[in-house]
Amino acid sequence: MDEIKYSPNIDYGTPTGQSTKHVTLTIDDRQVTVPDDVTIMHAAALAGVSVPKLCATDSLEPFGSCRLCLVEIEGRRGYPASCTTPVAEGLKVHTQTPKLADIRRGTMELYISDHPLDCLTCATNGDCELQDMAGAVGLREVRYGYEGENHLQSVKDESNPYFTFDPAKCIVCSRCVRACEETQGTFALTIEGRGFDSKVSPGNKSFLDSECVSCGACVQACPTATLIEKKVIEAGTPEHVVTTTCAYCGVGCSFDAEMKGEEVIRMVPTKHGGANHGHSCVKGRFAWGYATHRDRITTPMIRKNIKDPWQPVSWDEAINYAASELTRIKAQYGSDAMGGITSSRCTNEEVYVTQKLIRAVFGVNHVDTCARVCHSPTGYGLKQTLGESAGTQTFDSVMASDVIFVIGANPTDGHPVFASQMKRRLRQGAKLIVADPREIDLVANSPHVRADYHLKLRPGTNVALISALSHVIVTEGLVQEGFVKERCEWDSFVEWRDFVAQPQNSPEALSEGLGVSAEDIRAAARLYATGGNAAIYYGLGVTEHSQGSTTVMGIANLAMATANIGRDGVGVNPLRGQNNVQGSCDMGSMPHEFPGYRHVADDATRALFESAWGRPLSKEPGLRIPNMLDQACEGSFKALYCVGEDIVQSDPNTQHVTHALQQMECVIVQDLFLNETAMYAHVFFPGASFLEKSGTFTNAERRISPVRRVMAPKNGYEDWEVTVKLSNALGYPMHYAHASEIMDEIAKLTPTFHGVSFKKIDEMGSVQWPCNDETPQGTPIMHIDVFVRGKGKFFITQYVPTTEKVNARFPLILTTGRILSQYNVGAQTRRTDNTAWHAEDMLEIHPHDAEDRGINEGDWVGISSRAGETVLRAKVTERVQVGVVYTTFHHPESGANVITTDSSDWATNCPEYKVTAVQVTRVSQLSDWQKHYKTFSEAQIAFANKTREAKVESVKIG
Amino acid sequence: MDIQRLISMANQIGDFYESYPDQSHAQQDIAGHLNKFWALPMRKQIAQHVTEQGGFGLHPQVQNAIKSYLLV
Repeated sequence: MDEIKYSPNIDYGTPTGQSTKHVTLTIDDRQVTVPDDVTIMHAAALAGVSVPKLCATDSLEPFGSCRLCLVEIEGRRGYPASCTTPVAEGLKVHTQTPKLADIRRGTMELYISDHPLDCLTCATNGDCELQDMAGAVGLREVRYGYEGENHLQSVKDESNPYFTFDPAKCIVCSRCVRACEETQGTFALTIEGRGFDSKVSPGNKSFLDSECVSCGACVQACPTATLIEKKVIEAGTPEHVVTTTCAYCGVGCSFDAEMKGEEVIRMVPTKHGGANHGHSCVKGRFAWGYATHRDRITTPMIRKNIKDPWQPVSWDEAINYAASELTRIKAQYGSDAMGGITSSRCTNEEVYVTQKLIRAVFGVNHVDTCARVCHSPTGYGLKQTLGESAGTQTFDSVMASDVIFVIGANPTDGHPVFASQMKRRLRQGAKLIVADPREIDLVANSPHVRADYHLKLRPGTNVALISALSHVIVTEGLVQEGFVKERCEWDSFVEWRDFVAQPQNSPEALSEGLGVSAEDIRAAARLYATGGNAAIYYGLGVTEHSQGSTTVMGIANLAMATANIGRDGVGVNPLRGQNNVQGSCDMGSMPHEFPGYRHVADDATRALFESAWGRPLSKEPGLRIPNMLDQACEGSFKALYCVGEDIVQSDPNTQHVTHALQQMECVIVQDLFLNETAMYAHVFFPGASFLEKSGTFTNAERRISPVRRVMAPKNGYEDWEVTVKLSNALGYPMHYAHASEIMDEIAKLTPTFHGVSFKKIDEMGSVQWPCNDETPQGTPIMHIDVFVRGKGKFFITQYVPTTEKVNARFPLILTTGRILSQYNVGAQTRRTDNTAWHAEDMLEIHPHDAEDRGINEGDWVGISSRAGETVLRAKVTERVQVGVVYTTFHHPESGANVITTDSSDWATNCPEYKVTAVQVTRVSQLSDWQKHYKTFSEAQIAFANKTREAKVESVKIG
Repeated sequence: MDIQRLISMANQIGDFYESYPDQSHAQQDIAGHLNKFWALPMRKQIAQHVTEQGGFGLHPQVQNAIKSYLLV
């Protein structure tokens, strides 16, 4: 039969079938052939027959409670619910009969008898399934009156900052409860009471105080106005839709921006979004208000000295001033004194033109990106072992996994939408191994999910753990030698095998240093190697170490040795922190690589770009971010173009970073806000939010998704246009009329992108690279028949303890991470109501360590390291182990990176954020750094505010 | 750049290759890594440290790698 074509605009009532067997049945006058595992309701929708429904929606399993979708089936008695009745060969189904109409009207009458009749003033007027069904069943009267007992006076819960819960409008269809369970996996909602007393409840608490994670799945599922966005209540229903991509984490969710003119009314996860399949989290769904926040700076500014107030200027003045300064510095100090930094918050097109500007116009390869401080070890490690600097799988692959090994990642906080999918698979029975110093939510704090093994290792010992796991696999004969012989370099395997088999790599030898029992290590290794399809998911807890690259290679070794790579359900999966970490690296923003991960010393590649760009290019690798900063401190690096990145807040050893910036003569920052780095800048180019520009983001599964402009840039230009203007002013005209033309150039010059274009992305919704003549529809899973490098290569991964050691002065280890409601440096999420969940960064400390120091919950504590000191409030919890403290870095005044050090990964210089030796003591006042920060930042904000006042004044005069 | 920082970074690279059975090849790998990822001024500085300061503070294997294979 022909492939069934699903429309994103139709609700099929119950989920899509998975079966390859088909049956043919008749529904009303239509014959339809469908998979044999769908319901009659689903088959009817496929046949174009609309069956009335309220409790059913195709994102949820059938429930059968509303009694509207009843049908008659010839030869069967009664009126079965079409949403719970499976199809069968030859059925003859009738969806509209006088008896069915009578039953449906009666059912609707009961619903409406306990529902406010305020349709004309209701926020969902015209967008309400209850209203639609009343019309569909021909409801004309309610015979029961409204005087009897009802729920119309129920109290509305408005505690959540983004949506309201009005029980008076609830029909108790359970869609919200099921969405919370099935889609999100949080189980925060329940139906409380029986019969007439039944009501939806977030556990007898307000929504804000409950377990609710504000993902919006319940709001999405609600067929009435019971759960509805406050913005819709305030502004009314949207009138047009533009599909775009979330600007937060590396999941890269697709969203429908529902608009009213140029105003976003709501962001609704796209039903057929390749990465998110209609799901979302609190950030993408709700936390987009920063785009119109009053702190946005939309006027270019310049100044000679950071002690001076900013001068508001026109775009031309700002561009020309920046160009003149760059030209002066190049003439005075040479090209080596200049460089640029891009951000994973930039689009692919912005990153591409920025690195082109640095390489072709500045004349050096001193361009780096914030992946330097997060996933640069992934790029290095996976390129070395497998041949490509990217994850091997598509997110959906997890649904075929039998064993999921999460190491150094906290998906429920960092990658929540993918975590929901992972939890769904775990609830279906997949086994779970977690290696993490903290008890992340997946370990035991997610309903119906429990780790089979939590390897609660000491921070900084990842490589030892990987060695111990490898030792078990090798010495217990669990290696898939057939796969290794066919697919990998045998000699490299033999070297690795002989190394990990050494007694010093046994679990028993390493157990004490790891803080994990040898038995658990052995059991976890056996499970990974023999439990069926095993997939590894990892994050910054792997990469942000002095041996981050070694661990990545060790992970690849494990996957190759056990043949867990190259098919559905397995693989090596780096969970990228930000939305475009993968893309920014793909686009050549590393100092040693052109777009497509080709080294600058490769003559053929360099010739290709020289020919395309018409400028000679350097064959020397450029400076990395920490190298640039070190050179600046010594006076040889003078100018920086920093696009969308906030190195002062996000990079380690803050005081070193600020000292470096103060030594520079021209710091150009392009951003939405006066971020921490902009406080040290001489030129400020206002940036455009993701809602104000076109381009693409590439997520953790190599999925290139569209970013589409839904409103005009408030600063006047999309970010790539600003970079083009700067290039033009520097005497190198770039001739792009639209972001799509930049992608056309990328595709022309990059083999893995040869088949990519805006047209294709718009047609397909998204596409996973490599996408070229061989794979025109993209590549969901890599390395299927052969590794990109040919044969997979094993690397010996000797454990080398970090030099950041605890001692009597600094007896605790600080490790850092992130939280669900906030994002990275918080510049976006702090300017939204997400602060309701996380108003400040706290220091988690184990009760034993707290007691030793006389620290109680909520006390101010000083955290000092070899790099600096800061003060936070204490949170006493057993989530961290004894000897380890933990904090987040979402608020600049926290100064989390004042304490992190210059210690970094051996291969990539990725900072060792996850291990800092510290002491923690009770204190009564802020640290010296914090006092200085307060004074300095207040002065800088005042400088910028004067600019705004001046702008307002000039408008008045004008 | 601070030479101590460069020494520390170079020694970290040396540590990675310490367990490789073919130490002659490991020297090429150490230098190869420096050639591929270190900017020229950094390579020149570490090479200068080897020639002028006897490579003080550098692991012997790293010194040998720099002497034999570093491109400056």
